This record gives sequence, C-alpha cells and structure tokens, in this order.
Amino acid sequence: MEFIYTIYNETYKILLLLIPLLISVALIVWFDRRVWGFVQKRKGPNVVGPFGLFQTVADALKYIFKEIIIPASANKIVFILAPIVTMTLALSAWSVIPLSERIIIADINVGVLYIFAISSLGVYGIIMGGWASNSKYPFLGSIRSAAQMVSYEVSIGIIIINVLLCVGSLNLKDIVLAQEKLWFVVPLFPMFVIFFISALAETNRPPFDLPEAEAELVAGYQTEYSGMMYAMFWLGEYANILLLCALGSILFLGGWLSPIDIYPFNIIPGVFWMIFKILLLFFMFAIIKAIVPRYRYDQLMKLGWKVFLPFSLLYVVLTASFLVYFDLLPK
Amino acid sequence: MFFDFLLEYLSIAIFLFIALALSIGFIAVNFAFSPKNPDPEKLSAYECGFEAFDSARSEFDVRFYLVAILFIIFDLEIAFLFPWSVSLGNIGLLGFYSMMIFLFILTIGFIYEWKKGALEWE
Repeated sequence: MEFIYTIYNETYKILLLLIPLLISVALIVWFDRRVWGFVQKRKGPNVVGPFGLFQTVADALKYIFKEIIIPASANKIVFILAPIVTMTLALSAWSVIPLSERIIIADINVGVLYIFAISSLGVYGIIMGGWASNSKYPFLGSIRSAAQMVSYEVSIGIIIINVLLCVGSLNLKDIVLAQEKLWFVVPLFPMFVIFFISALAETNRPPFDLPEAEAELVAGYQTEYSGMMYAMFWLGEYANILLLCALGSILFLGGWLSPIDIYPFNIIPGVFWMIFKILLLFFMFAIIKAIVPRYRYDQLMKLGWKVFLPFSLLYVVLTASFLVYFDLLPK
Repeated sequence: MFFDFLLEYLSIAIFLFIALALSIGFIAVNFAFSPKNPDPEKLSAYECGFEAFDSARSEFDVRFYLVAILFIIFDLEIAFLFPWSVSLGNIGLLGFYSMMIFLFILTIGFIYEWKKGALEWE
C-alpha cells in the first residue's frame, strides 16, 4: 500500500515538472524564432495569441492532422522507433536537473554521470532515423551528425572533469552549493567558452548545423519524416538545447544561487534565478544562430579534435596541478 | 537507508516510463487523426528531380569509422578520469602523479595519430 502511494506521489511530482517543461519548450521555440526575426529586422511569428505566443501550439496542432508518410523502402519499425527514442531520451535527462534546492525529481549521487550517459545515447535516435529511411540524404546527414556529436561529447566530458576537480562530487546539488563563494565561470572561464561552443555543436545548432545543411542535404536525417514524428525530432532537439543550457548554468553559473548575496536579491526564490540563467544562455544560442555563418565540415572536425580536445586536456592538468600545489582540493 | 537510495532510481524509472508513454501517445494521436491516402510516388525515397538510381546502403567515407574509434578511446579515458577527479583530495600525490603519467602516455598516442593524419579531413 505504501509502495503504491510512493509511486503515485512520484508520478505527481514528475508530471509537475514534465508539463511545464513541454510548455517551456514550446515557448522557447517561439522565443528563438522571435529573436531570429528581430536580428533580421523582421517581426517573426506575431499573429497567434498575444505577441504570437501560441504559435508553437498552433504548429503542433497542425502536425497532428498531417499525413504520416513512411517510405516504401524504409525499415518501418526502426523508422517509427527513432523519434520515440530521441524524445524519450531528451526528456528523461531532465529527471536529475535541480531547478532549486528542493525542486528536483531524483537527487542521485551520480547525477553528472547520468546526464552524460543519457546524452550519449541521444546519437542513437539520429542514426536510427537516418539509416531506417533508406534514402541518401538522411543517411549522409545522420553519419555526419553522429560523428559531430561524438567528437564534441569528448570535449564536453573533459570540461566536466575540470568542474568535478573543484567540487569532489558527482551530485548536481553539491556542484551548485560548491559555488556559493565563487562561480566556476571565473576561475574556469576558458572552459565555459569551450563548453558553450561544444554545446552548440552537440545539439546541431547553427553555426554547426551541418547535418541538416539545407543547401546540400535537404534536411539531413529528418528528410523522410512527416507529421508528428518530424515534430518529435525537433521537440527532442529543443529539449536537449534547454538541457545543455541548464547544465551550463549548474556547472558554471551557480545554478539557483543569486549573483550577489545581499538583501533585495537573496529573497527571490532560487528557481527564478535558475530559469533566468537558462534563458540568458538560450538567448546567446539564439543570437549566435542569427549572426554567425555556417562552418565547413572539415573546419568543424578540426576545431573539435585539434583545438578543443588538446586545450581542455591541458586545462585539466593545469587545474589539477593548481589545486594540488595550493592544497585547495575538496576532501 | 538502502530503500531511500533505490527510491531515487525508482523515480527515474517512472520518469522514463512517462516520457516513453508520452512519445508513443504523440504518434498514436497523429495516426488517429491523419488522412491516409498513400500513392507510389509519395512513398518513394526522396530525390531531387529524378528517380533515385542507387541504393542508399552504399559505402561511405572510412573517416567516420576512424572518428568512432577515436571517440571510444577518449570516452574511455573520460570514464577513467571521472572517479579520479572526484577522489583526488583523498588519494594524494601518488594518485596525482599516476594520472599524469597516464595522460602523458595518452598524449604520445594522440600526437602519433595526429602525425599519421587520422584527424585530417580534406
């Protein structure tokens, strides 16, 4: 009996996080298009609802009534499975993200490892989608995407090692609480910059959106998809972008902590600071999408393997040596 | 105590289940409401302006395979660095120097593959 009550309670808590998450993904898509519009001196979506806020909801409703086209040559089971895998993984990584000291679904002691594992699995959704389509453009898009994602995952992993050296724990709450005196963006500023650029590449955002470069690959791995399955890829993509923004604010910008610990700031609940920081990082994502030209594929791989990887590895050695020499390691 | 530990993972399992149900639900709703009038042209693989004349299951550049191999090496190294970085405060100078030697050997390998041209894309 008690067990059923626990499951009921947890389900309630999860829905309380999941539904706002889906709504914020819808709003963030609107925000992205709006920023993009303003940079190009257009208005962006502004018709449906106040300021066009309901544009994404209208889009989703449209997708529901669109025909599902599964190519005759496709591997049908894997074809349908791919968007399911993408969206499930993108949402489930959110179960360990602490939005404030108390708003967290699963406070596990290997939080960072869990997020790392789940985001590695994200490659499978794309590979499955591209391979199962049995068509040239999706296939090329998916192998490009997979190679790009695994390359930048390596540098994200090494950057996380830098933060872990300063914290001495894999728990995401401990990582935030270790930044009470000084946010890690100050001592690890180069790592923050590399993390941000790697996050752009990891989520296939411009300027690294080569897997879906319209000019050469139509729409990359999504070419053969239609209706809700197409929308799910894109929902998963935006959920992943928000996840990396949240991870960036937890690792470097002090999570839910207020920037200065004085009177008018520290009475604001932590969750507002967290959301503010996520939005700030996302705003940078949106601006970069609007103003930076696309990279070439060889430049992208060169940046990942020949610049970011050696530099972040060197920074791990520097951080570790500094902490050991000045005896600042967390015990 | 042990039950509390498992409880956190129980909520992750429930979360996974709900996320899966949600994604399947989305597709089910789409299947229920969408029009269904397939025709052979619509169901053929995408190609721009002409019939697709070659199977998509063709060979692709070996470099993608090479990137996957390099990824395995470096991801394993990261998996090795995770426990070291968390416990560095407790394992002292011996732990620190052991990892430095390991990283030095790894760097030699990295320089070798750089010189061999495994990282070149032209």
